[in-house]
Amino acid sequence: MRLETRKLLDKSFSGMGLIAIAIMAAALVLILSPIIWRGSKAFVFKGTIEHRRVMLEQYQRGNSERFTAEMAKATEARAPVYEMMAAFNAELKEMDRAKRRDYKDPYREVEKAVSVLLGPKPGDRTPVLLRQQYGQTRWDRALVKLHEALYSADWDYSNTDAMGVLVETPRANAFKGTKLEPLFDYLENHLDEMLRPKTTFYWQFITDTSKDSHFFGGIWPEVLGTLYLTLGAMIFAVPMGVIAAIYLCEYAREGRVVSFLRICISTLAGVPSIVFGLFGLAFFLNTIHVSDSKSVLAGSLTLSLLILPTIIRSSEEAILAVPRAYKEAALGLGAGRWHTILTVILPAALPGILTGVVISMGRAAGETAPIIFTAAVSVGAPLKLWETLSQPTPALPWNIYNLCTEHEAVDEIRHVQYGMVFTLVAIVLLLNLFAILMRARISKKLRG
Amino acid sequence: MSEEITMKKIDQFANHAVRPTASETHIEAKNFSLFYGDFEAVRKVSLEIPKRMVTAMIGPSGCGKSTLLRSINRMNDLIPSTHASGEMIFDGHNIYDRNIDVVTLRARVGMVFQKPNVFPKTIFDNVAYGPRLQGVKNKQELSDLVETSLRQAAIWNEVKDRLNENALGMSGGQQQRLCIARALAIKPEILLMDEPTSALDPKATAKIEDLIGELRENYTIVIVTHNMQQAARVSDLTAFMYEGVLVEFGKTKRLFTNPENQQTENYITGRFG
Repeated sequence: MRLETRKLLDKSFSGMGLIAIAIMAAALVLILSPIIWRGSKAFVFKGTIEHRRVMLEQYQRGNSERFTAEMAKATEARAPVYEMMAAFNAELKEMDRAKRRDYKDPYREVEKAVSVLLGPKPGDRTPVLLRQQYGQTRWDRALVKLHEALYSADWDYSNTDAMGVLVETPRANAFKGTKLEPLFDYLENHLDEMLRPKTTFYWQFITDTSKDSHFFGGIWPEVLGTLYLTLGAMIFAVPMGVIAAIYLCEYAREGRVVSFLRICISTLAGVPSIVFGLFGLAFFLNTIHVSDSKSVLAGSLTLSLLILPTIIRSSEEAILAVPRAYKEAALGLGAGRWHTILTVILPAALPGILTGVVISMGRAAGETAPIIFTAAVSVGAPLKLWETLSQPTPALPWNIYNLCTEHEAVDEIRHVQYGMVFTLVAIVLLLNLFAILMRARISKKLRG
Repeated sequence: MSEEITMKKIDQFANHAVRPTASETHIEAKNFSLFYGDFEAVRKVSLEIPKRMVTAMIGPSGCGKSTLLRSINRMNDLIPSTHASGEMIFDGHNIYDRNIDVVTLRARVGMVFQKPNVFPKTIFDNVAYGPRLQGVKNKQELSDLVETSLRQAAIWNEVKDRLNENALGMSGGQQQRLCIARALAIKPEILLMDEPTSALDPKATAKIEDLIGELRENYTIVIVTHNMQQAARVSDLTAFMYEGVLVEFGKTKRLFTNPENQQTENYITGRFG
């Protein structure tokens, strides 16, 4: 081949490599940036006075005197709203029946919108649901709710050939000439005085329990559940996997049985995770009854089966990569086989084994399907350590799915969904970082 | 011409002190054969290795000399499908008997390999590895042992200030001497050396050879080497092997100056191999 051709080939190949890496990096940025940007809004956002009220009343956090002073100002700003409503109520009573009926439904909607925005009217009975006891805690949601209070949304189906068209009409139109008319302008212009938004750092999002199915509070039960499940899976899978790898590399004689075992392990690695979930349900829960209900224990066992092949494979590679010379040296000094493995081979293989462990740890933390049937519930309290043997737990991957699809008010808790995704990604990245550092330290120690 | 020069050199090299020959036998191979599967790598070898002498094994690549060496502490067991016939007698027992404890055998027959194979541990831990295996736990005793072994291996002065550094940071020659110290720390009776200087530069090689000269006072040394001049320099006895057969075995000086066998002569004069 001519020199120019060879050079061109070399160049184009390295160019292709660079392009591939650039595409990967771009994809990573594309995936991670919205997660970070929107996820961070669970931690840093404009919180209203209602948020501070929730913190104070539900989590006993914050300065109660300062809150009372601030609340007094907010109440002052809110007073005209309730005055206007009282005046309109009085006006209603004067009206004749037919007119009153006309106003009845629109007014009820306004009343509801105001209570969603600012919380229940002072003096009303306390609602049962926690979410109805408070106004909007986040300014971005408050603006959405303000819009809903100002405009009524209707669907126009007049064109039967097309889909319905959303028509928004200002509610003020319905109340023209009444004492309620100025209310809408007042709401629009004085909302920040009534809700007093302030940039809030809510890092306790991770360590707070949730109230009223994630309307308020944080995601601690999910975080804790994920940690329990991951660590549990590691406790079962790492020793089993490493021991199996040692057996396959050092003890087993190459033969039909061993190659069959290897095929089994490879196959196991390719089984869909939902099948592992079903197996966990059928075996751990229904057959050997490790617990009466779904539990962290059953979930950990199922996850450990899922990651076992990865751990065995990577440990095997790591053990085989240990120079034969080390083994010969140890045996030549009169070490037994087991001793050689323990003092020479395993320490030298540790970085490689750790890599496999980290990869599978990330997988165990993020896997959803195996825990649906064996461990996960959508709402629960943080578990104590011994409760993991018998109790199910909420966990990040499952609850992300659950909150995005099956929650009764998906739209209201977007920040929680993104916050969970952010936290899960952060946990996995942190685990990886920790293990990479540990690996680097061990490798450095080995290299001298 | 090359023949002449070689002979002259060998005359020079072989001039080290003549040692008493009436020495008791330490290891004896009787009709010993070793097979890799069907292949007979060592063919019915019989030889007696005397105590406290340096015995060199020379021969072209693949002649079975390394295999024979590794048979003495049964390192060949690591390779699947090997088996032996005949006898290899050490301390009155055939080491290929079924009731021989290989671990104890290897503790009595130390080995130094072709490439320095220090563990990725500290210098101290490397030397202390064997004694720790044997159950030495006392710290003072351990550090005494480490010091003696390192002194014996003539490396103490170079490493005494960095015993807690990783052994992989040393030069190749130092690593090989550390391996010797490590082997000496288990107080073996026999030291097997499988081409111990083939991966080293001439300076480091000279150091190792000097060391072998010192160690012969206390240990029985069997060394496999590709370098005939080295065999001539360091050994008392030399065995020449060819295609698994022991062709000639005798005093080094005699073997190099006046070989009985035509094959031996061809080999040491450089006609083949």
